Amino acid sequence: MIEVSHLTKKYGQNLALDDVSFHVNRGEILGFLGPNGAGKSTTMNILTGYLSATDGTCTINGHDILEDPIEAKKAIGYLPEQPPLYLDMTVKDYLNFIYDLKKVKLPREAHIKEICGVVRINEVYNRLIKNLSKGYRQRVGVAQAMIGNPEVLILDEPTVGLDPKQIIEIRNLIKSLGERHTIILSSHILPEIQAVCERVVVISKGKLVADDTTANLSKNLSTDRHYRLLIDGPEEKVCSALKSITGMREVQTLGKREEGVYEYQIEAEENVDIRREIFKRLSERSWPLLGLRSSELSLEDIFLQLTNEGGEQK
Amino acid sequence: MTAVFKREFKGYFSSPLGYIFLAVMFFFSGQFFSTLLALSYAQIELVFSSMFTVVTMLIPILTMRLMSEDKKLRIDQLYLTAPVSIGGVVLGKYLAACAVYLIGIAPTILYTIILATFTTPDWNVFLGNFFALALLGAAMLAIGIFVSSTTESQMVAAILSYAILMFIMLFDTIVTALPSGLSFLEPVLRALSFLSRYNDFMSGILNVSHIIFFVSFVVVFNFLTIRVLEKKRWG
Repeated sequence: MIEVSHLTKKYGQNLALDDVSFHVNRGEILGFLGPNGAGKSTTMNILTGYLSATDGTCTINGHDILEDPIEAKKAIGYLPEQPPLYLDMTVKDYLNFIYDLKKVKLPREAHIKEICGVVRINEVYNRLIKNLSKGYRQRVGVAQAMIGNPEVLILDEPTVGLDPKQIIEIRNLIKSLGERHTIILSSHILPEIQAVCERVVVISKGKLVADDTTANLSKNLSTDRHYRLLIDGPEEKVCSALKSITGMREVQTLGKREEGVYEYQIEAEENVDIRREIFKRLSERSWPLLGLRSSELSLEDIFLQLTNEGGEQK
Repeated sequence: MTAVFKREFKGYFSSPLGYIFLAVMFFFSGQFFSTLLALSYAQIELVFSSMFTVVTMLIPILTMRLMSEDKKLRIDQLYLTAPVSIGGVVLGKYLAACAVYLIGIAPTILYTIILATFTTPDWNVFLGNFFALALLGAAMLAIGIFVSSTTESQMVAAILSYAILMFIMLFDTIVTALPSGLSFLEPVLRALSFLSRYNDFMSGILNVSHIIFFVSFVVVFNFLTIRVLEKKRWG
């Protein structure tokens, strides 16, 4: 459905995107994840034809965005970071204007009414956009993107600035839209991506650092080899004792938690269960083990890990 | 293009902008015409020649918001990502401004009809004059829309357009006071003078080169506006 290959964008000397390639399948909800300033919006702006790439190509539904822009743009509904709303128009006038602008052929009344029903803006249909709350404006923005029933919806941080209730509503809306559209959703908020998307592309400092399903991402990076330990004993001695265990890969002190009690983060070799060995060593030296829990990495940790790695490569 | 035209045209009348423009236009042309009547002159061209200054003053009001507002509200993103050509968008906006402008100068038709009840007006002179005023406005609006596309601020757009149009208006005055070192500028300024060409129309001369002059302003500045929008993509 969407093919992005070797996308590079330079702003003067500043490299905003560096050889980014990914693809989106029909009917998929793709999460586009990255810290602020990672190049999410730049990628989306290139995908939608708002900006040009310095190098690389984007194809939407078989149409190159540069060579066949009108056809490619017809397949896209775009909600930019700041919804492009004319504040002095009513929702009704605005949506009709978009309908005309996109030269949509569907039955006008029914089509607009249907969209208003889906994004639930019927109650503000005749009000001026400047009098609407941020949440409603955002929904009008989504409605605008949906006009003409484009196959692809590209939503750039659709929940920014909304209150928690509105965020949940918009998320549910996106999920339900996913049944009929291919969606790219950008965000720097992980739970959002986790809640809505099947696949995630992580981008950091203009580089693609991961492209996988949400489930796989968590699995790959967090097998049960990571543990958090809480041990009552002298820090250095405990550390060296832990390190001497066969199968131990890394020991890290996280800090003092109570008087004489330190927390450690350890990582074991693959396929080795070292929990019993740890207990044995500690009991030999009478250092009470106050806590042992496997620290499965959340998507949050993975994200930090990935984006930091991306930084180091640079 | 029609969608943009319709929106912009309506937009003028969903804010005070369009009404203020029309009110001031009507007030001044009415004022000039009533003076004409009071002095029992039948030369409608006197109204037209006085309108030159008024139009120069008012055109920036019509164009200041056209492109700058889009830039500020990031609505250019909508146009550049919609399946439409940028040329169509610019032209739609430009023509909307032209349409409001035409409404602004339309009462002169009424004035001539009123004159016709007293005397037989020279309809050819009227048509030539009306045509000239329309052309003048079209050229100035094109400059205005271009200026508006270069900034995010309506105020900056308005002030810059004023400055440019006023400067153009002053060309004929500047020419007479050029220091000897700059006398090579004289033919350039004379050639670019809106006023002298406009006055030619007023005196009943329909010069094709004048028509081409104003039309080329329209084409060039609309083209430049399109380029400014497209440039954004490649920046």
